[in-house]
Amino acid sequence: MFSEKELEKIKKRKEKWENGTYSESIKKLPERMEKFTTISGKKIEKLYTPLDLKDLDYLKDLGFPGEYPFTRGIHPTMYRSRLWTMRQFSGFGTAEDTNKRYKYLLSQGQTGLSVAFHLPTLMGIDSDHPLAQGEIGKCGVAVDSLADMEILFDGIPLDKITTSMTINAPAAVLWAMYIAVAEKQGVSPKIISGTIQNDILKEYLAQKTFIFPPGPSMKLTIDTFEYGAKEVPRWNTISISGYHIREAGATAVQELAFTIRDGIEYVEWAIKRGLNIDDFAPRLSFFFNAHNDFFEEIAKFRAARKMWAKIMKERFNAKNPRSWWLRFHTQTSGVSLMAQQPYNNIIRVTIQALAAILGGTQSLHTNSLDETYALPSEEAVTIALRTQQILAYESGVANTIDPLGGSYFIEKLTLEMEKEAWNYIKKIDDMGGMVKAIEAGFPQKEIQDSAYWYQKAVETKEKIIVGVNEFKAEKEEEIPILYIDESVAKKQLERLKEVKKMRNKALVRQCLSDLKKAAQDDENLMPYILKAVKAYATLGEIIDSLKEIYGEYQEPISY
Amino acid sequence: MAERKIRVLIAKPGLDGHDRGAKIVARALRDAGMEVIYTGLRRTPEEIVATALQEDVDVIGLSILSGAHNVLFPRIMDLLKEKGMHDVLVIAGGIIPQRDIPFLKKIGIAEIFLPGTSTQEIIDYIKKNVKKKAKNS
Repeated sequence: MFSEKELEKIKKRKEKWENGTYSESIKKLPERMEKFTTISGKKIEKLYTPLDLKDLDYLKDLGFPGEYPFTRGIHPTMYRSRLWTMRQFSGFGTAEDTNKRYKYLLSQGQTGLSVAFHLPTLMGIDSDHPLAQGEIGKCGVAVDSLADMEILFDGIPLDKITTSMTINAPAAVLWAMYIAVAEKQGVSPKIISGTIQNDILKEYLAQKTFIFPPGPSMKLTIDTFEYGAKEVPRWNTISISGYHIREAGATAVQELAFTIRDGIEYVEWAIKRGLNIDDFAPRLSFFFNAHNDFFEEIAKFRAARKMWAKIMKERFNAKNPRSWWLRFHTQTSGVSLMAQQPYNNIIRVTIQALAAILGGTQSLHTNSLDETYALPSEEAVTIALRTQQILAYESGVANTIDPLGGSYFIEKLTLEMEKEAWNYIKKIDDMGGMVKAIEAGFPQKEIQDSAYWYQKAVETKEKIIVGVNEFKAEKEEEIPILYIDESVAKKQLERLKEVKKMRNKALVRQCLSDLKKAAQDDENLMPYILKAVKAYATLGEIIDSLKEIYGEYQEPISY
Repeated sequence: MAERKIRVLIAKPGLDGHDRGAKIVARALRDAGMEVIYTGLRRTPEEIVATALQEDVDVIGLSILSGAHNVLFPRIMDLLKEKGMHDVLVIAGGIIPQRDIPFLKKIGIAEIFLPGTSTQEIIDYIKKNVKKKAKNS
């Protein structure tokens, strides 16, 4: 971006500054730390100048918004035309409780829905399973069958609202339930839109809500790609997620690298199935974490966009520019929230949300201040939503595209993170891909080591957390929290019993046996799952049928 | 003969897969010279108590972030009582609302460590409160 001659002049002047102005200053006032690092432990220099960007080629590395390689944003106008979607992840108690919360959030200006299911649903077991005891409605909403899903979206027009569902191992089943609800509302699957997370690889890496072994799990995911491309064309059939990888302790670069490499793995498996890249790639979406270290996060988002575009265009020869887009959702970092002085969490969330916006996110969830204690209260989630609205409408940060583009620091950091992530990707390629790397325990070990390093850094006060290892309060104040008691379980179990009594039992049996046969014959399972959910087969029954064919995954234990 | 090391079972009851905390604590206790056994995810109360008995541990550390503690912890404590394992120090950590803590302490959980706790605090607590079994065994 600068001529050789200009750079030479800057170099000389910088040396003069270092030996003169700067070194005189630190004699009087030394720097606060010997080494400055990001929250990921990445070293940060005292000053960035054009010298750091001497290899940066504006047109090749940055380009223009809406054009390859999309470093500055996937849309030509970014937030000047349309703000990001404000999408608060939400779900608790019974379907009735959550339906009420959704209607409240929509009335407050939220622009999309995001479903949090309770753990038994995430694990593909019904509320009447012994392992569900104590878990019903606690971490999300209880959904056992289509009957629950009908209540969950009662009075919410599925042709007008887009819905994201955080569901992975049993994603195909919950998606089928959503399609069935839409049909009951008279809405064609061809026009419904939303996202299923459906990213099983990061379950083995980080979140650990897996059911089947990697092979059959990948098969189910590719089934949804194939079915979606034909039957539900506006649906994002996967949200390739770095969020949980980061929460489990990964550094920003590890989050970036493992997520992108997971993306490559899905594309490879889909191509192996015989799918045409441009038929499914435009429906791949991503999900990243926004952590505390402001500039590192912004650089991560920008690097991710650029890397994915390059991979899709050069590695997979995708022709449709939409296949090159890395569209992503962001959630602010759950682990960064602190139980101590919880109101400080509002500030943390604000900084993280700002990074996501400056990084060009397509949708955003802001965490609530009380989430180290429980699912958010209505008051807390309102503040979280208001945080996004203040950033959108008052701060002015959405007025221009990629406002930090061209910052010497941001551009250098973007280049460096990209380079470090490519190294990881190369390593995993050499291991034979992500499934192989997971089986070898490689990414899991990297994440564990980073988590332990960070914990030590906090304990030695190399990293300061306000209110936790410094600036502690003498007395912690208690905040009001949402409390879910066991009455939810009682209601849920009653409904499940009712559903099992009312349905056509012979039809359910037939659907389940057809499903098993299709699994044995390695057919696309989506049509069979859809038929089963419409007959009110429960989630647990469908998953149990598949367990008979696919078995269950047992994780190797390491720490 | 060397003194018997403190033996700790780090256990994850509940359906959640959040093992970051459990693994960090397991590693920190091991680095502090204790013998640590980690159960892995989604263990039932029965499995946890059976492992604790079989491994003859001095301490059980329960990690849970799913919200099911009020149902699962009492079952674990009852099973420990049934097996006569009165000497085992039981501690817990995770996402546990303040209002549940008095009840959990009443049923015999010695201490609840909330987010933000340093591993050193946990190490110190265990060393101070563990009732070690026959030394030099």
